[in-house]
Amino acid sequence: MNEAWLFAAQRLSAMVMAPLVLLHLGVILYAVRDGLSADEILSRTEGSLFWGAVYGLFVVAAAVHAPIGLRAVLREWGRWRGAGLDIAMALFGLLLLALGLRAVAAVL
Amino acid sequence: MRRGPWWAFLLHRLSGVALAVFLPFHFLVLGLAVERARLDGVLDWTDNVWVKLAEAGLVVLLALHLTGGLRVLLLEFGRWSDRQQSRIAVAGGLALLAGFGFLAAAFA
Amino acid sequence: MAMLEVEIWRGEGGDGAWRRYAVPHEANQTVLDVVTHVQRYLDPSLAYRFACRVGMCGSCAMSVNGRPRWTCRTHVSRAARKGRLRIGPLRNLPVIRDLAVDMAPFFEKWRDAEARFIPSKEPPEEPVRPDEPERMAADAGIECINCAVCYAACDSVAWNPDYPGPAVLNRLWTLANDRRDGDRDGHLDAAGAGCHLCRSHQECADACPTGLNPTAAIAGLKREVFRRALGGRARGPRQ
Repeated sequence: MNEAWLFAAQRLSAMVMAPLVLLHLGVILYAVRDGLSADEILSRTEGSLFWGAVYGLFVVAAAVHAPIGLRAVLREWGRWRGAGLDIAMALFGLLLLALGLRAVAAVL
Repeated sequence: MRRGPWWAFLLHRLSGVALAVFLPFHFLVLGLAVERARLDGVLDWTDNVWVKLAEAGLVVLLALHLTGGLRVLLLEFGRWSDRQQSRIAVAGGLALLAGFGFLAAAFA
Repeated sequence: MAMLEVEIWRGEGGDGAWRRYAVPHEANQTVLDVVTHVQRYLDPSLAYRFACRVGMCGSCAMSVNGRPRWTCRTHVSRAARKGRLRIGPLRNLPVIRDLAVDMAPFFEKWRDAEARFIPSKEPPEEPVRPDEPERMAADAGIECINCAVCYAACDSVAWNPDYPGPAVLNRLWTLANDRRDGDRDGHLDAAGAGCHLCRSHQECADACPTGLNPTAAIAGLKREVFRRALGGRARGPRQ
């Protein structure tokens, strides 16, 4: 793995997510006021290109960001290194991407 | 012995790992939205004090990881500042504020 | 006379134990004075390293009450806690014997990163002014005495066997900012292989005896490595 690339991808995805997390926190606080229900969530998101795009981008950035961070933690604290770890983290990223996009598709 | 920046690092790392573990489950539950009844089933289960408190914890983790990440970006990409301690305090304070905001909204 | 309760690490390689010594406390006494007292009057078999005694050579660094310090310029009055001193070898380096560590890994990383001045083929066209931003950025980091105190203070060194450490990266940043140096790209490539492993704990900056801030230097390297990676240039050894 090229470490400089991973570092850049980690920071770039962080910059993308910073405003999205802020927005997401706002949505959470707004949504829980009257209790969560499937109708409440879907009435906001269904057919909305805006929310689809926002959360689609969020999922992609998170799927890049989380495996790189987890890889660093496992290398430093888990003493797990090498190709096995890189493959496991790539699979974790793909899992996040697949589950995340499925979730976005489900609420659209 | 350890100083502020080390504790800020630790909180940022632990919150990141926790979020990475939580994320697949979050996506799985939202993916249930194609069948409203199943999503409502899960959401009904979350409608009690203990889960709400746990969710507030997640909100704090997310806010903590956001403010801690902004601190890192500022440190790495901004001009060097010797006011590290006050930045850490602001980061932690905002994260706690988000958690209390969630509790206030959820139990209002 | 007031006595200091001194514990010193004794042993070869990885094995050893703390041994107690009673050393008379004197005015303006340094930690190195304490170690020297033990070696001269209490136990001549004690192994430790020093040379200049005036904070220039960087050879007397030890772990004092858990913190890496240059012992020749550290007064007992500042380092002791309730008249107690616990003096051990530097962290993150293999122990040869007692307080003497093997500095080879520290300098090998320095060599492998080629963190040294490489003269440019042509002299700079413009004279280098002391107040230009690059020169000031380089000047901020040039007083390193290679004592490895930052290397011992750094968690990233402990966690990553391939992390070059604060001193090497600080040197790469001074070189990258030196207009007389002919291999800026090479220095930044070398930095790109490791600078991201800095977690900004700032233990190096807290511990540096000459008051340098390697964390700030490494932040500069990260900025450049990030910029170059986005611009398509992200060479450097694969790990």
